[in-house]
Amino acid sequence: MSAGVEQVSPVWAVVAAIAVLAAAFAGAAVDGALQARPGARRAGMLAPVAEGARLLRQRRRTLVAADTLLWRVGVAGLPVVAVLMAAVLPFGRWVISDLPVGLVWFNAMDVMLWALVWMAGWGPNAAYPLVGGYRFLALALAYELPLMFALTAPAVAAGSLRMADIVAGQDGLWYVVWMPVAFLVFCASVLAFSLHRPFDAPLARDLAGGVLAEASGVDRLLLLAGRHALLAVGSGFAVALFLGGGSGPLLPAWVWFLAKTLLLQSVLLVVRRHLPSVRPQALMAAAWAVALPATLLQVAGVAVVVVARG
Amino acid sequence: MLTTVLFIVLALVAVAAGIAVFRTDSMARATYALAASFVAVGAMLLQFNLDYIGVVTILMMVMEMAIMAIFMIMFMGMNPALMPMSMVHNKRGSLLIAGGVFLVLAAGALLVPWPARRGAPAPDLTVSLGEAIMGNKMLVMLTVSPLLFATLVSALVLANPRGRYRPYPKLPAPKQSESGPEHHGHTGGGH
Repeated sequence: MSAGVEQVSPVWAVVAAIAVLAAAFAGAAVDGALQARPGARRAGMLAPVAEGARLLRQRRRTLVAADTLLWRVGVAGLPVVAVLMAAVLPFGRWVISDLPVGLVWFNAMDVMLWALVWMAGWGPNAAYPLVGGYRFLALALAYELPLMFALTAPAVAAGSLRMADIVAGQDGLWYVVWMPVAFLVFCASVLAFSLHRPFDAPLARDLAGGVLAEASGVDRLLLLAGRHALLAVGSGFAVALFLGGGSGPLLPAWVWFLAKTLLLQSVLLVVRRHLPSVRPQALMAAAWAVALPATLLQVAGVAVVVVARG
Repeated sequence: MLTTVLFIVLALVAVAAGIAVFRTDSMARATYALAASFVAVGAMLLQFNLDYIGVVTILMMVMEMAIMAIFMIMFMGMNPALMPMSMVHNKRGSLLIAGGVFLVLAAGALLVPWPARRGAPAPDLTVSLGEAIMGNKMLVMLTVSPLLFATLVSALVLANPRGRYRPYPKLPAPKQSESGPEHHGHTGGGH
């Protein structure tokens, strides 16, 4: 176990799950505040409360020959994956599971989304959600490789796949300073796997909402909450991997971690409002012909620095 | 005690999901039942403290099944994949093969004299796994793997330079009539 981060009792997992949902709610509240303008229906900080209450009272839609099992698994899976990711995320000085391969665990969980979003699209037995599910896989094929190599950069620098070691390796100098490309690619990937713009084609308006088209009631609530939970946890990982985790003066580590995470989450929420939606077929070239070589060069640079430092 | 119970539960899940692959009548369910089976196996590997192999098994298998679902459903002719269909064929032959393989593996597991453990596990199993696989060939592997990877990506890019929908990065529009066929090469279309 590394200095600085200690593993806490598994009972805290309950608190972690609640914290993930609270962070997701904070993201939704920020989003609501950003949408607020005079005369707007359902906007402002309390919009998610109103929307959540409305969806909880709404009847769940049933469709002919729906694959209910896969649909439910896909819909409920989004928040579950967010919580499973958080299991290896150092929250200031505490972590639920100090897995030696925590970074690979995070990667495996974000690959889970390939299956879950597709299942959420397949389940209703309707055309628009199915097209949405396929669109997500097309996007995922494009963003996953740059994401994997962006994850490699901090792991190479820290010489470890353990999240605690990666946080400890940023003592003095945050990784974002000398691996900005990996940081940007990672942030873009967070927007991508949490189905936010510019990567929201699976939920786009031209598909009548795509994966969301047939989801109503608690199903819709879980999908929307899952998106925000994934964005929150993804921001948390960006902080742990690139922004020094809980390091900062005076205040305790968890306060710094939380402040950085919420700030990055809000920045991502603001940024995505100013970006147009990317068509899935247009992302492949940008991701593989531009982002992938840039990330590989970043990893190569990091490797040279690590070898030179000895 | 708890570990044993967990192991048994995971083993049962792996086998039950494996059976479900052939009992279901939906291609999507069969695919993800197989994925669930592999995830259970990956979790069992985690129980052996083989963290890296366990997590990578989960990662690879889920990714593989997601891709497999696309291709299976895309290329199934007039798309019976969207309709209920049987997941078995050649029942007699596959029963014989499966039974035979099971007997051989089970006999091997029971009859081979397993050696006792010598020494203790390394503190970082991921590092020692890499050392064991690569060893003194590390430099070769490190040189070859980026080359292979770059070859894969560039072969894909070269094979389909214009993409299916529009050129990227933007290529000049091909000159259709006034220039002869000998000038076509530079647009990237190729002959």
